[in-house]
Amino acid sequence: MKKLLILTTALSTFAFAAQADVTVMSWGGAYGAAQTEGHLKPFTAETGIGTVMVDSDNPATPIKAMVEAGNVTVDVASVEYADAIRLCDEGVLETIDMAALPPGDDGTPAAEDFIAGAVTDCGVSTDVWATVFAYDTTKFPEGPKTAADFFDLAKFPGKRGLHKGAKAVLEFALMADGVAPADVYTVLGTPEGVDRAFAKLDTIKKDVVWWEAGSQAPQLLADGEVAMTSAYNGRIFNAAIAEGKPFQIVWDAQIYENEMYVVPKGAPNKDQAMQFIAYATSTKGLRQQAQHISYGPSRHSSLKEPLIFQDGKTEMGPHMPTAPANMANALGSDFQFWVDHDAELNDRFNAWLAAN
Amino acid sequence: MTSPNEAFVAFEHVQKSYDGVSLVVKDLNLAIGKGEFLTMLGPSGSGKTTTLMMLAGFETATHGEIKLDGVNINLVPPHKRGIGMVFQNYALFPHMTVGENLSFPLEVRGMGKSEREAKIKRALDMVQMGAFANRRPAQLSGGQQQRIALARALVFDPKLVLMDEPLGALDKQLREHMQFEIKHLHESLGITVVYVTHDQGEALTMSDRVAVFNDGRIQQLAPPSDLYERPENSFVAGFIGENNKLQGTVEEIGQGTCTVRLATGEVIDATPVNVTQKGQKTLVSIRPERVEYKPELFPAGAHSIDAEVLEFIYMGDMFRTRLRVAGSEDFVIKSRNTQGQRMLRPGEKIKVGWHPQDARALDP
Amino acid sequence: MADVSQAPLQTADGRPLKAALAKAQARAKRRAFLLVLPLLAFVLLTFVLPILQMLQRSFYHDGFSANAPATVAWLEEHPQGSEIDETAYAALVSDLAAMQKAKTAGAAGTRINYTYPGTISIFKEAAREAAKLQPPYKAALVALDKKWEDPLLWVTFRHAASPWTTDFYMVSMDLRRSTDDGLQRAEPEMRIHLQLFVKTFGLSALITGLCLLLAFPIAHLLAILPMRKSNLLMILVLLPFWTSLLVRTSSWIALGQESGIVNDILVGIGIVADDNRIQMMYNKYGTILVMTHVLLPFMVLPLYSVMRVIPPSYARAARSLGATSWTTFRRIYLPQTLPGIAAGSLLVFILAVGYYITPALVGGADGTLISNLISFHMAKANWSQAAALAAMLLVLVLILYWLYDRLIGIDRLKLG
Repeated sequence: MKKLLILTTALSTFAFAAQADVTVMSWGGAYGAAQTEGHLKPFTAETGIGTVMVDSDNPATPIKAMVEAGNVTVDVASVEYADAIRLCDEGVLETIDMAALPPGDDGTPAAEDFIAGAVTDCGVSTDVWATVFAYDTTKFPEGPKTAADFFDLAKFPGKRGLHKGAKAVLEFALMADGVAPADVYTVLGTPEGVDRAFAKLDTIKKDVVWWEAGSQAPQLLADGEVAMTSAYNGRIFNAAIAEGKPFQIVWDAQIYENEMYVVPKGAPNKDQAMQFIAYATSTKGLRQQAQHISYGPSRHSSLKEPLIFQDGKTEMGPHMPTAPANMANALGSDFQFWVDHDAELNDRFNAWLAAN
Repeated sequence: MTSPNEAFVAFEHVQKSYDGVSLVVKDLNLAIGKGEFLTMLGPSGSGKTTTLMMLAGFETATHGEIKLDGVNINLVPPHKRGIGMVFQNYALFPHMTVGENLSFPLEVRGMGKSEREAKIKRALDMVQMGAFANRRPAQLSGGQQQRIALARALVFDPKLVLMDEPLGALDKQLREHMQFEIKHLHESLGITVVYVTHDQGEALTMSDRVAVFNDGRIQQLAPPSDLYERPENSFVAGFIGENNKLQGTVEEIGQGTCTVRLATGEVIDATPVNVTQKGQKTLVSIRPERVEYKPELFPAGAHSIDAEVLEFIYMGDMFRTRLRVAGSEDFVIKSRNTQGQRMLRPGEKIKVGWHPQDARALDP
Repeated sequence: MADVSQAPLQTADGRPLKAALAKAQARAKRRAFLLVLPLLAFVLLTFVLPILQMLQRSFYHDGFSANAPATVAWLEEHPQGSEIDETAYAALVSDLAAMQKAKTAGAAGTRINYTYPGTISIFKEAAREAAKLQPPYKAALVALDKKWEDPLLWVTFRHAASPWTTDFYMVSMDLRRSTDDGLQRAEPEMRIHLQLFVKTFGLSALITGLCLLLAFPIAHLLAILPMRKSNLLMILVLLPFWTSLLVRTSSWIALGQESGIVNDILVGIGIVADDNRIQMMYNKYGTILVMTHVLLPFMVLPLYSVMRVIPPSYARAARSLGATSWTTFRRIYLPQTLPGIAAGSLLVFILAVGYYITPALVGGADGTLISNLISFHMAKANWSQAAALAAMLLVLVLILYWLYDRLIGIDRLKLG
């Protein structure tokens, strides 16, 4: 009897503990690993609150399904900026109180410490990341320099990797076609602009291998399946610096945006989730993540001191999308444009993809 | 009977091995005459079905020649041999009607429609199944399927028909009826039939000649009556019909007769078949119905020996009596239930004897 | 016999026989029913209900009807063809203002956007501004975006006013509404569904054919080999069955991609030039290749189960009757394997039509099937569109099944 009592107590304690774990859903791969190392582990060490990391190709999708089905099992999700806005508009996310976020290490209030737009009604930015393109230096010693080169099959023969989806691909195509970053969304807002983007894509359509999960891009490059590919800059950084792959990022026509932590409505451990976000987006939390992957921290205070990669020697600064040298021809992703046009452009994109 | 030169079907020194280690058929020599009904009889594994399959073309001879109408057919594929065949389980095509089953061999021969229909009708009438052309095999009884299988094997007028235990699946009464019909068809069509069975009754009633197979060899090839009355070795004697066996040693051997001393000391008369000299071990075989127990019927000068009645069975038309003779307890005699026939009582002491030509001294 | 036809039979104690029989059997029937009850409940819960729910989803979307009550009321009062006057715009603006408060402009706009692409943004924009708008509302809204006076928008509203709608089937057939409430084909660059259905059924038929070609000799070999050898071979056939689909598909990628083993070997022995490697992954050839392999056991098993019970004596009989081996195969063996061919083909085809993971991984752009589009709509939380496409797929498969029953007969199906 006593044994049974101990057992049930243990079990219920365990169940309680398991329930109190903050479940974080992110993108897997090197990015997920960076968040695990930079946010989850130190958070647990500091607070004693358990954390669990789960992967998804794009966390925005499952959390919406969860909220609509009324069965939310995720407490914190890492989503793209436009998704954070859209999901917030659709009432899928909990609102986040800016006042609850800690000030910077140097005492700057949170509201001033974060870069512009990094905190929204429902999300807090963890980093600024970019979609860039990269190539294998063993294949092209004199590598491509511009987005136009990506579309130049004659000069740089070989397959191209691109993300299967309209976002970032269409902007990239327009910039490769000579549209200045400042005009990209104006052009893309017109039917002619959309046609122009697809026409540009048509020029390489039969040579494109489409990837879906972020980790596939460096893999395709490593397998030699593609000669160059679009990718999230951090994935390429990790493959090149941490794994020693001969990959080179081309920063021309990079498209950067904030990545957001959000809390789905009805999250089982909402309070702990908020506590987690406050920790993860503190000056320290952001620095810890940035030491594992080359995405720029979204607080000014996190960049006061130079960031060194976990290998102890590589300085992160030049590898971040926000480095001035990388910003020469860069485009900030327009979340409002994508909130409005996502459905329409993706329908068109799918039809275009399926047409032979 | 038929010399290999004029034989319709001839096996010459045919051997067959499946595994390269042992022979299933050992040096087979067999000549079958045109129009003959030859039965291959033997226990399972004796090589009879293998021989049939070699003739049909489904197995190839490992050594030797098989000739059909004087032509070597070792390398002729089955469909070019023109041999009709009836299978053990009939092998009627289940997805075709009876008429289509019969039409099949004619179609593959490129025969015209009207000719086909005439032949099908004739073949079906031949087996009294004219009304069943539109049925499917599954809708027929076993006996009806058997008739259709027969008609199908005959419809394209083959000169030679092979039958592989065709009546095995029928009940006794139907089997006997079909035996008669097959025999009748054989006679009226004048075809050559090679028939395989393990049922000796079937073999004896239907065949012109029977080849008794055992252990890959033909033990005896003879007309049914010879086979029964004059078995040439102890296997045939034991396999065909019932018989009494007495072990002994040849005491004296003369022209067509011999005397044999049994292990228990008695001396009996016999006809030497597989023995040639004095002192040879032998097995004497006597049919139960040829044993006499009335002293007045004993042939003059022949030996008789003591017997004790152990069991008497009344079988209606026959009496069957089991005796102890020369130490053997399963010596059987059969006698017809004729007017005034005496019923022997167990325990009765009698003497039994026989004509020397009914007792055959065979290999031990 | 005459008595029987006059009066119903009775038992010894005078009760009608039928009633007595029914009573005697009732207990047994009850017990039998109780035994199947768990299965019945299981099937109902896990199969029938979800399908019904899916069908309901395909006809139901309340994103607009639930969040724009004033506009819906106006539409109910004013029949089709009424002039869209200021009262309509006033109702709309009041709805938009309410949406902004309740954060439902996205939901309403999404519903309209499904059938009139490119309108979600004007909803969100107008909702943000709604509180500040002054009459006349029509002019105020049109000042925000010209689309507000597009008659097609109001036609779309009218169809979205009820949560019950066939709009998602309309979209699934690459149709859209015209300004006069008729139907017209979608713009060429937006057409995708019909083409994808055709491709899905075409590729599935091709894969079924390939499976049949490959499985027939294998199944025949399995059926005629001695038990010990055929068991070994059977394990080889079934082995992929026991391996995760994902693992099998990934292995195929490793084998077939441009830098994969097959291409390496072909280049190594000089059949293919190094700069001209065969691309057999990330396109429809990849889909065909991998799906044929993955679905092969579903063809082999029914074929094998049919072939195993065809006695070899049929072939021998045919040969002895004068048929060549080819004729024997064509007229005797093949017809008898038909139930297996039919079962295997039906199984493979139906599985192929709904296949998802393999085309998603190796299909690239032109090797993806309708199920991938269904999954895309689900990923974008467009449940109704996904459900409508899935329902159409279900109906098409049922039609095929019905055709199959008419042509071959479902009772001849032999699954093994």
